Amino acid sequence: MLTINNLTKSFGRFRALDNVSVQLDEGQVVALIGPNGSGKTTLLKCILGLVIPDSGDIQLKGQNVLYHWGYRRSIGYMPQIGRYPDNMRVRQVFEVIREIRNSDETPDTELMEAFGVPQFENKMMRTLSGGTRQKVSACLAFLFNPPVLILDEPTAGLDPLSVEILKDKIQREKQKGKLILITSHILSDLDELTTHVLYLMDGKIRVHQSMDALKAETGEGKLNRAIAQLMKQDAHATH
Amino acid sequence: MQRTDSQAAVTALGAVAPITSHAAAAPRASAQSAMLRIVKYILMDILRNKIVLGYTLFLLAVTFGLFNLSDNPAKGLISLLNILLIFTPLVSLVFSTIYFYNSYEFIELLAAQPLRRSVILWSQYLGLGIALSLATGVGVGVPLLIWSGLGGTGLLLLFITIVLSWVFVAIALLASVMTRDKAKGIGVALLLWFYFSLLYDAIVLLLMFSFNDYPLEKAMLALVSLNPIDLGRVIMLLQMDVSALMGYTGAIFREFLGTIWGMVYAGAILCCWIAIPLSLSFYIFKRKDF
Repeated sequence: MLTINNLTKSFGRFRALDNVSVQLDEGQVVALIGPNGSGKTTLLKCILGLVIPDSGDIQLKGQNVLYHWGYRRSIGYMPQIGRYPDNMRVRQVFEVIREIRNSDETPDTELMEAFGVPQFENKMMRTLSGGTRQKVSACLAFLFNPPVLILDEPTAGLDPLSVEILKDKIQREKQKGKLILITSHILSDLDELTTHVLYLMDGKIRVHQSMDALKAETGEGKLNRAIAQLMKQDAHATH
Repeated sequence: MQRTDSQAAVTALGAVAPITSHAAAAPRASAQSAMLRIVKYILMDILRNKIVLGYTLFLLAVTFGLFNLSDNPAKGLISLLNILLIFTPLVSLVFSTIYFYNSYEFIELLAAQPLRRSVILWSQYLGLGIALSLATGVGVGVPLLIWSGLGGTGLLLLFITIVLSWVFVAIALLASVMTRDKAKGIGVALLLWFYFSLLYDAIVLLLMFSFNDYPLEKAMLALVSLNPIDLGRVIMLLQMDVSALMGYTGAIFREFLGTIWGMVYAGAILCCWIAIPLSLSFYIFKRKDF
């Protein structure tokens, strides 16, 4: 469904992505993990067309996405830090985005209800706490029932109850056969959801495996332990 | 009230969409209506902004004041011309730059939506241009209408002011897309204003002074085209029969710019002053990383 070929992106002298090639399919929940600055967000932003790669190409359902825009209809994006116009009300943000999408489908307001968005919809965006902004971002990502979901640190800043609500929602979308990409540093959040692991390091893919294969290889049952095992092996190999 | 208006507009657009939805035409139509919606939102946002209201009131006060103070309307028009040629570029440049940076979050939000990048930048440009034209129209146009005796010359002044607003909004967009740093962007905008309003004339004077043994009239014509403010001033002065004050150069200007082709040339140059910065900013904006 999503094919990335030899993707390279530099910011000045810093190589954020170095010849990344990967193929992802429907029904997968891909955990994108790696240390800070390993290129996770850059990779996601390249898929969205927010960052223009230096070379390489990205294809969604067989169509090239570079400099195209219509394909973003099939993507729901939750940014790491949701930034919204200060002088807009929560309700207005939803209205504007809905007007732009102009979708005939009935919007998926399940998450909005679960998070209680109607209770704070008249508040100004600038008065919202970080966690509440994250809720707005999450609701916008799921609103149009897109076949691809890109969630950049979705659980950061959310309270434990909201994290569970969001995880339940992701689980339900996974069952619908969507492709879901998640980055997170809180690996325990990803445990029950993930089907595949994509481990990035210095802009290169170190590991791309299904969870089952990874667990079998490392002999660990939990994602965080498996990853720790992997990093240890890496350290041994380089020394 | 506003809400029902916008809802009505949306349903109207939505109702039109299925009728025209041939497979090829549909994306184009939806892109256009998306642009209309964003322009409308930006316009509402700017018109609620107190700075544009203040600018309108300032223009109203200056125009009314100058016509009341001077016994001769032509004199009033020249003073108004001088004030407008300083303030219109300044306000257009600084306000547009600040507005662009303040709506950076909104632009980022839009960039992740199914929209062309060019639609996002066009709606910024149109929103700013329309808002500033409205301010000029009300602030200068209404008093000029009341003193209707001024006729064509007053209308030309209004037109030049509005064209200059669009020119300097385009230049402001270029300054804004070139750097992510707000302070730097506003600094560049102010420097550009300083250059076009003050520095350029000083350089031209210096050139004239240094080369006054040579025939400079043709060169002056070229030099005037390189600054939209000067071009606006010359067009206006030629219409007001005060070009005699500009000596032999004035006569050359009159001979060339006074004709129909001269006016077409001047209009084309002003269009270039919109088109060149605008296309450069589109080029940069399309390749921008968020």
